[in-house]
Amino acid sequence: MSFFGQVREWLLTQYWLRSLVPFLAAAAAFVIGAIMLAILGANPLEAYAALIQGAFGSLNSFADTIVKATPLLFVGAGICIAFRGGMINIGGEGQMVVGALAGTIAALSLPTWPSWALIPLCLMAGFLAGAVWGTVPGILKAYLNVNEILTTIMMNGIAVQLMNFLLSGPIMDPVQIQQKSYIPQTAQLPAASFLPRLAPTRLNLGVGLAVVVAILAWVLLWRTTWGYRIRAVGLNPQASRRAGIRVERYAALAMILAGALAGLAGVTQVIGVNHRLFTDGSATGFTGGAGFNGIVAALFGQLHPLGSIPASVIFGALIVGANKMQRVVQVPTALITALNGLVVVFVVASEIWRRRIAAREELAQTPLESRLTMDGEAAES
Amino acid sequence: MSDFLTPAVLVGIAASGIRLATPYLYATIGETFGQLSGVLNLGVEGIMLMGAFAAFYVALTTGNLWLGLLAAIVVGAAMGLAMAFISVTLKAEQGISGIGVYLFGLGMSDLLFQKMLGRVATVNGFPSLPIPVLSQIPYLGQLFFKHNLLVYGAYLLVPIAWLVINKTTWGLMIKSVGQNPAAADSLGVSVNMVRYLSVTFGGLMSGIAGASLSIALLNVFQQNLTSGMGFIAVALVYFGGWSPWGVLGGSLLFSTVNALQNWVQVANLPIPSDFAVMMPYVLTILALIFAVRRVNQPAALTKTYERGES
Repeated sequence: MSFFGQVREWLLTQYWLRSLVPFLAAAAAFVIGAIMLAILGANPLEAYAALIQGAFGSLNSFADTIVKATPLLFVGAGICIAFRGGMINIGGEGQMVVGALAGTIAALSLPTWPSWALIPLCLMAGFLAGAVWGTVPGILKAYLNVNEILTTIMMNGIAVQLMNFLLSGPIMDPVQIQQKSYIPQTAQLPAASFLPRLAPTRLNLGVGLAVVVAILAWVLLWRTTWGYRIRAVGLNPQASRRAGIRVERYAALAMILAGALAGLAGVTQVIGVNHRLFTDGSATGFTGGAGFNGIVAALFGQLHPLGSIPASVIFGALIVGANKMQRVVQVPTALITALNGLVVVFVVASEIWRRRIAAREELAQTPLESRLTMDGEAAES
Repeated sequence: MSDFLTPAVLVGIAASGIRLATPYLYATIGETFGQLSGVLNLGVEGIMLMGAFAAFYVALTTGNLWLGLLAAIVVGAAMGLAMAFISVTLKAEQGISGIGVYLFGLGMSDLLFQKMLGRVATVNGFPSLPIPVLSQIPYLGQLFFKHNLLVYGAYLLVPIAWLVINKTTWGLMIKSVGQNPAAADSLGVSVNMVRYLSVTFGGLMSGIAGASLSIALLNVFQQNLTSGMGFIAVALVYFGGWSPWGVLGGSLLFSTVNALQNWVQVANLPIPSDFAVMMPYVLTILALIFAVRRVNQPAALTKTYERGES
């Protein structure tokens, strides 16, 4: 056996490594990030130190990190449900946008309502709008087998144009129209719709909601019949069908819930942080890319809603810390986008190692006589 | 509205539609090869951005457009190779890893742009190359024979790709690997090698697609220059039923809508242009619904292959 063969054999029997694989993969992405920083003429240690300091260095920066983590957690929890149900949701951006639009319209049309009624109403509006945006690809995939990756991406494009249209006319700030400045944004929302804040920071109730939603997503997936069926459908649709599960219904449900949670991410961003909706013509102008980065957080959290909680904080910290890094070592924040991409690639690509180690562990725990009947994955070496 | 009906305007819109189909064509034809071999590369958008930047930067600094194109080819092929490694060797989930490649390309092209250029600049892109005599034909000349080299090249690729896919052993191997990798493998076709080559070629073409934007059509580079064209290109391959001619039809449809939308904006018509921009997305979803019924969808698309697995 070659040297590398031996190393490989040794690695495959290190069962304790299995659950660490995604972290090692992400760490590898940051090592590459360090190399990129060095090539760009920045000291990687200094850059990462600035990043961490920028994210956690003061009460305000820590609060900002949590604020940035909030939409990631909503989207990420939804992504967990979708992926567990065998649905790949790339539509977080669009679902956030329509959620924000619905919540904004609700708040603007009922300025006299008290907080206790208006806030739940806004949240409900965002939840439902996101659900609708998830329903289209969900139903199309489940019942007509239309590729959901592509339809969710198209739904993103539709959502953005809907936002641009509404913000440059029907719900544009009347002041903008009066002064003929026509900046595409709404008026400030009625104060009754604002989520309570922990002054003086921007930390708001949104994060609490996101954590509750993540816990509920976990309860749904692992403690209810619906969740059991969603996971069964994602793991093996044929077997689920034979077991009498309505595969289409639960697959669609997984996508609808993912959309709804992303919708919540959108609406809490408006009523918790911005207090008005504005657009620069793109989705990311409003979402800050949370619809995509939520996927990163969910993957990093091993598609587990509770794992998404710390993962969101990490990726929220990257976004906030990147600004400080840009100031200190003059490396644009775009580096973080590139790094997030690497994290996704590495984590997904390392999945094969996690599976191989798991298979080896299973094999080692199988009594010798029953191994004779085993085939496929476990026997592979 | 009355000027809409003048032949000059109509020909202008159509000619611009034909020109704007160029990036779609390069990207979709490349992606067609990858998908026919069974690999969905969702990272096209990211590769286009990197190709666009590489071409623009090299063309701007050396003044040589061909070197720029070469840079885009190299960068595109390298990223395609990486995608092949990720999806074929490491068997990663293709939809998600493609998003990773996209995010990487989006961030990296912006990062390099800010660090290496740091300002908006323009290049003199590939000049218009009117074809003698033919370009003098009224209307038809403007429509078909007054474009630059990359535009002609894109259209030339369509029949070539069709020939390769349908009339050569290579095409047969690619299709067999995408339809039934186990059967192809048992006949001695190297599934992995065919997929590697197809996906790398797809990346290379995405690189050219990006270059066609930055050094032949728009002649600028900016953050997120492609603004979703790469994703539409991936969808167009389904739309076109995995055939170069179908893909040509889809590309033209979309580019004409783009041209029309530009004109609506310029002409300041009372149609909200947001809805015009929305149209291609709605059309794509409709097209995807109909594409499901196509019989020639590669059966093993997005499925990884491992010997001994059924």
